[in-house]
Amino acid sequence: MRVLLQPFVLIGRGVTSVSAGIGAWGLLTARTVGAMRHLDVWVRLLLPQMARVGVDSVPIALFIAMFTGIVLSLQASYTFTGAIPLYFVGVLVGKTIMLELGPVLTGLALSGRVGANIAAELGTMRVTEQIDALETLAYPPLAYLVVPRVIAGIIMFPLITALAIGMGIFAGWATAIQLLDMTSAEFISGLMLFFVPFDVTFALVKATSFGFIVTSLGCFFGFNTRGGAEGVGSSTTRAVVVSSMVILVLDAFWAITLL
Amino acid sequence: MSIVIEDLHKSFGKKDVLTGFSAEARDGETLVILGGSGSGKSVTIKHIVGLLVPDRGRVLVDGQIVAELSQEELFALRRRVGYVFQFAALFDSMTLAENVGLGLRRQRSSSDAEIHERVSECLALVDMEGFEDRYPSEISGGQRKRAGIARAIATKPDYILYDEPTTGLDPVTKAMIDNLILRLSEELGVTGIVITHDMDSAFRVADRFAMLHEGRCRFYGTPDEIRTADDPVVRGFIEGRPELMENAT
Repeated sequence: MRVLLQPFVLIGRGVTSVSAGIGAWGLLTARTVGAMRHLDVWVRLLLPQMARVGVDSVPIALFIAMFTGIVLSLQASYTFTGAIPLYFVGVLVGKTIMLELGPVLTGLALSGRVGANIAAELGTMRVTEQIDALETLAYPPLAYLVVPRVIAGIIMFPLITALAIGMGIFAGWATAIQLLDMTSAEFISGLMLFFVPFDVTFALVKATSFGFIVTSLGCFFGFNTRGGAEGVGSSTTRAVVVSSMVILVLDAFWAITLL
Repeated sequence: MSIVIEDLHKSFGKKDVLTGFSAEARDGETLVILGGSGSGKSVTIKHIVGLLVPDRGRVLVDGQIVAELSQEELFALRRRVGYVFQFAALFDSMTLAENVGLGLRRQRSSSDAEIHERVSECLALVDMEGFEDRYPSEISGGQRKRAGIARAIATKPDYILYDEPTTGLDPVTKAMIDNLILRLSEELGVTGIVITHDMDSAFRVADRFAMLHEGRCRFYGTPDEIRTADDPVVRGFIEGRPELMENAT
């Protein structure tokens, strides 16, 4: 009988654990909002965090976007040849990069770079009592550590995503005119054919939500690190895995609600 | 000014760490808390600055119950308490000058020049002049510990909590730290609580001892009283004779 019940026990434990995790993350988020009143603590830390979260992430985001644009252009041409006018390459590259691959691939790449970095840094600070030390020096740790990182993520992710979208479309255009039998005018007419300004809004809304998720989950797992080096490693892995999963869930959520 | 610990209980999961510990650090005195590894000494002093909340019992600083303070009151209390962490807990992304000056910047009562001057003064007190621009990763463990003490005293606190301040240090540095603790107590009237296993150091700095054993206070008294204590657990600990402690329990 116990063997038969075992799967239900495991599912129950899993559900309880995930629910507790979501609750704890929600509590941390609410307390972070409360900690925003300590302007004197976090405002001066915002610019350095924007540089770390954003500026330092630009190369990897542009690198990914460039190759995505190249591949999309070539694959579109391969798929459309003989069936659909080639200027539709511009449609596919523009729409796909703007609505989906620009925000999502940038979000996933930054969950590895930014989310892991935050979780490892805060996790190390937790296990070496640096967060306790901050508290003993009368600093509110959420205002000092979490608020500037999360705000930096919310501001910088859309900016990086906008750059990545630009790079992806540029790479798709360059590929189309260099490697495919297309003119610049054909690519651009395709690009503009179904373009609506809402596409940009949609991409930036997604990127903003990804910025919040990646930084807040990085802070959450880092803050709740227990143990030593192994605990830091585990928090870092979980921050990347969970934020990547949530990015994909949010991607679907925005498609259902906004499109 | 005093720190009073009353009937403190704290458990982590199923592990009962403190089961009714009581002690008092009186105004201007240095209380040394003794006890074996894992006996709950660090847990005890974390309650004093509100890093932990007791399951039962209370800690009073200047008559205020720490667990009942609002966040702003707790910040105000922490500004008056220096905390020396066992492994220094220096911020590794900051230079030593930034580490030592961090508490002063939070108080917002000093100019940059005054903070710079105070940082140099505190580093000099722990024999680390000229280390202002070094990072924690560039100095030894003993130097990190000394820098941690410099950070704790920078704000001229009324109370200082030392978590094993001399563990792992060479005899000369140990004596220097002991002298610093004595000087802060005698000249500035700082009330201190020192956690240590080092009995030489303990007898040098203590005005009073509290021994934590099995979650409770096994002994509380002066250095003369502990030297003449009959309790085999106390004697076994201070004389380093585990057989006495085993026979007693």
